[in-house]
Formats: sequence, C-alpha cells, structure tokens
Amino acid sequence: MRVVLAEDLFLLRDGLVRLLRAHGFEIAAAVESGPELAEALTRLRPDVAVVDVRLPPSFSDEGLQVALRARRERPGLPVLVLSQHVEQLYARELLADGSGGVGYLLKDRVFDAEQFVDAVRRVAGGGTAMDPQVIQQLLARHTGGSPLERLTPRELEVLELMAQGRSNAAIAARLVVTERAIAKHTSNIFTKLGLPPSDDDNRRVLAVLAYLGRR
Amino acid sequence: MSDTEHRQRDRERDGGRHHGARIRAAMRAAGQGAVLSVLSLVVSLFLFIVAVVSIALATVGIGLYTTPWVLGLVRAHAAHRRRLARDWYGVAIRSGYPPEQPARAGLAGNPVRTLDLLRSPATWRDLEWLLLDATAGFCLAVLPLGLLADGLFGILLAVGLWEPISDATGSYWYAFVPVDSQATANLAALLGLLWIGLALRFGPTLVRTHFTTTRLLLGISVKQALTRRVEHLTETRHDALDTSAAELRRIERDLHDGAQARLVAMGMNLGTVEALIARDPEQARKLVAELRENSAETLNELRDLVRGIHPPVLAERGLGDAVRALALRLPMPVETEVSLPGRFAAPVESAAYFAAGEALTNAAKHSGAQRIWLEAGYRAGDRMLRITVTDDGRGGADPRGGTGLAGIERRLGAFDGILAVSSPAGGPTVVTMEIPCDPAG
Repeated sequence: MRVVLAEDLFLLRDGLVRLLRAHGFEIAAAVESGPELAEALTRLRPDVAVVDVRLPPSFSDEGLQVALRARRERPGLPVLVLSQHVEQLYARELLADGSGGVGYLLKDRVFDAEQFVDAVRRVAGGGTAMDPQVIQQLLARHTGGSPLERLTPRELEVLELMAQGRSNAAIAARLVVTERAIAKHTSNIFTKLGLPPSDDDNRRVLAVLAYLGRR
Repeated sequence: MSDTEHRQRDRERDGGRHHGARIRAAMRAAGQGAVLSVLSLVVSLFLFIVAVVSIALATVGIGLYTTPWVLGLVRAHAAHRRRLARDWYGVAIRSGYPPEQPARAGLAGNPVRTLDLLRSPATWRDLEWLLLDATAGFCLAVLPLGLLADGLFGILLAVGLWEPISDATGSYWYAFVPVDSQATANLAALLGLLWIGLALRFGPTLVRTHFTTTRLLLGISVKQALTRRVEHLTETRHDALDTSAAELRRIERDLHDGAQARLVAMGMNLGTVEALIARDPEQARKLVAELRENSAETLNELRDLVRGIHPPVLAERGLGDAVRALALRLPMPVETEVSLPGRFAAPVESAAYFAAGEALTNAAKHSGAQRIWLEAGYRAGDRMLRITVTDDGRGGADPRGGTGLAGIERRLGAFDGILAVSSPAGGPTVVTMEIPCDPAG
C-alpha cells in the first residue's frame, strides 16, 4: 500500500516513516510542506495520505486545506489527518462530502502502533477513523431530551466505537463479546435513533456521524 | 447665444443662487435661534432655579433624594444641546462626566449619589452653563430673529405705520430715531434695512457663536481630554502587565508541576525498564505500557496548557472559525453568526477569543440557558469589532460579582475595548464586547 506522508517536524516524520514501513507500507513520498504535499498527491496518486494539519509555509491549517482540495479533485481520495489538537469544526469539514475515506486523529494515537496502523488501513479502504475525543465531544452535546438518552449504557459504548469508524468485528473484539451481540446492539441503536438500517459498514458510520453532528 | 452671453447668464444665476442661499441660511438661523432662545431662557433658567433649590434643600434632607433626579434632567438638557450643536453646525462638544460609581439602586442609593454628584466639578460646570445659557446664550440666540423682525417693523413704519403709532403715543422711538414724521420714518426704515442686512450677514454666525460659547462650559478641553486619556492608559497598562505576569506565573507553575514532573518520572521508569528488560521481561513490558499511558497524559496536559495560552484553531484559522470551534465545544446548541472581513492583529484576536470564551462558559454554566446565540461582526464605519453572546437563561448576571467578567473587562481595556452586560432578572442575558481595531492585511 502506497502512502504519501506530510509532516514538517523531522523527528515525527522520521518516526512515522519507520513505523509505517515496519508494518509493510510503501512510503511513496514523505514531504514537509503544503505545496510539496499538493504536488505529491497529484503526481503519485497514493492509496492513502497521512497529513499533519499544520504545515509550512503558512503554519496555518495548510495540510487540511490541501487535503480537502485534493479530495475535491479526486473524490474519495483516502486522507488521514493528524493533529496536536482535535476540533469538531475540522472533523465536520472532512466529513462534509459524505464520501468516506477520511480519518482525523490526535498525534498521540500513534503511540498505539497496532491501532494506528489499523486506522490507516481502514481509511485507505474507504472507511473512517475519528478520534475518540471528537466522538465524545459530539456525544456530550446531545443532552436533555435527545433520543440518545433512550440508549442503554452498553449501546452508548457501541455507538461511540462505531462512530470512531470501527467494524462490528473490531467492536466485538474490543468489548469481548460475540459479533452477533454487537449486530443486535447496532440494529437497536439504529431503530432508537430512527436511522435507516444498512449492512454497509462505511455508510453506517457516516450515518451515525451525521446524526451526532446534527445538533 | 454667444459664449460671453452664456457666461454672463451663468454669473447672474450664480449670483441669484448665492443670494438665495444666504437668505435661506439667515432664515434657518432665525428659526434655530427661536428654538434656542426658548430652550435657554425658559428651560435653562427653570432648571437652574430647580437645581439650586434642590441642592439647597440637601441640607435639610429632601434635596438628598431629589437632587440626582434634577441633575439627571440637567444632564439630559445639556446632552440635547450638545446634539443640536453637532447636528446643526457640526460643533463637537465632548461631554466629560466621570464614570458613574456603582451605588445602591433605588431611592436608598440617592443620598450617596447626591454627594458624589456634588463633589463632581462637572456638576458645577453644568450649573454655570445653565446661568450663562439663560443670559448670554439667550441674547445670541434671539438676535437672528430679532434683527429680522425689528428691521421689517422699521420698513413698515416708513410705509405708513408711523402715523397711527405716533398719533397714539405722541412720540415713538425706533432705536435712537424719534419717529414723528415721514422723514424720520424713512430714517427708521433705513435703520431697519441695516438690521436686516446684519441679520442676513451674521445670523448663522450668531447661532454658531451660541454653540461655541456653550462649548466653553459644557465641553472638556483638549488638555482635559488628554489628561483623562493618560490616566486611562496608565491604568489599563498596569492591568495588562499584571494580567500577563499572572499568566506567566500560572504557565510556569503548570509546567513545573505537570509536564516537567511527569517527564522526570518517565525518565526514572525508563531506567527501571532498562534494568528489568533482561531479568524480568514481563515486568518490563508492564512498565512500558504504563510509560505510554503517562506520555499520553502528559500530552493531554500540554494540550490544555497550549489551548490556554494561544488556542491552535485561532493560530490556524483566525477569530471567526476559532469562536465557531469554541461554540462547538459547549455541551449545548449555540447558534453562531460570524461575519468578519478576515484576520485581525494577533493580540486583538486573542483578547476577543478569550472574552467570547468566558462569556460562553458563563452562559453555559451559570445561566441555566437552553439556547445560546453568538454573533461576531465588524463595522468598518467606526472600526469596531463586536461580539455578542445572548442566552435565554435566568438573567441577573452581575459584571462586578464574578472575577470572570471583570477579567474580560481588563483584558479588553488594554485595547480600549469595552464590555457591556444586560441581564435583567428573568433574562435574557446579553453580553456585548467591542474592540476598536483594523483588519490586518
């Protein structure tokens, strides 16, 4: 799997290259600025891009902007955005086109190499990987009379993991239950929230995120 | 028609227009003067008498309750005159009342207010002005109309009015002319023409002079204005320095007790891992997992600290998106309406951001609100950045009660910004923050 990586700090770039190589990824390019990233994305057409939000020369949200632009030109181009802080505002912008294949994670998530690599693979495959902090903020906004209050604690837990972009199998492994049990939980959740049921993992996640972002 | 004829006609028309404009200006001045003379002779004199009586009665008690009310009327009257000066002649009169001291509301606070007002030089200057307005101010105001009317009367005398008048009164004096024949009546008419000429020539000037003399007592001088400005700057500079020093102390303490201590602990644990790795790999693995958790927590702490110093969204996106992101972080729906022309200077953005943050937090935490509205906009006309936070909570927020709002006020003060809180019991609460500034680039 070919990856384009954009990160301006040498230590982090180096670490990420090593980590991804160790897990069998091919690093097509490791760049350190916005313009270089834009160029690499159009020229190399990677399977997935791993991008730091803040990049030179402007040190604004240049990485995010380049990634969004690239996705407009090539819809569905898988992009995993990394940042020192997560903002719902950015998450919304990434999810806005509804075509999936996006990830938005805190840089700390790299510490858990297995989880991180899993997230990169998921995004490359058209899925999503939302940082638990984003999901918690989204959930926190649904208070007072929200249909979310009708969910059981277990269902809430499943919803949170599902919103992060995990498949039923991954959720089952995480909560140490059978996949069948998770499938039952998810169908309950969808009924309670009034969402149309869907067998497609990715579409299901996007529906949940859209629901959570509604308020 | 030749060019010369054209020019000739233009000149005549110009001349005509010029005369017309002059007559209109004189008539306008006469009308304005009439209004002003009623205001100055009737209203100013009346207010002066009432104010003096009220202040005199303060010694026996009643005045302590009536005086704030009476002086409030005086100030309103003075404010009205300032407005007329600006609207009619563009004469800017700065009012220089000292900021109001917070006092107990209602009748009970009145004695305190009275003493404050009596101590203020502005009060005494207002009273001096009332007296001047009722005398010199009245004379200046009444002349534009008086000259016109008297001049017209002189002409009427010559037309034939002199006969019945001198028949009735024997001898009649028009100014210094004894009118008792057609010849003297003609002289009166001549004098009347002079009056009218004076009114046409000087009418607007007289009214303007009325306003400039008003400015002498009602306005503050440039020097006074500068003195006030220096006082204000000194105060806000102290506040700004205090605030930033306190901020630095807080950051130092947070780093010292937080991230720094954690890194020391992690270093020690790494040493232990090194020693254990050969002897007890299982124990070493446990420690490594702990270390990873610790480093994540350290990062979280640093992230919060950074957010408190300069929020990353603000650096990356500017004020508009930063307040949007702020609104999204609240555990309740916030309707945001942002229309800003781009970025502002970093310190202004930062002050505005933290002010908005404090206002939003207050609304979310203390007001019991169901909904919050945030509006951020910029008016190019008066270079004003304005952020309004409204909530439908229970109201009763006191800007002097909590440290939060006072902190915002200090923070905005360094940029000549202001904070206004309207929070009647029962709500809604509206917090308005304004900072004069220019968009950057």
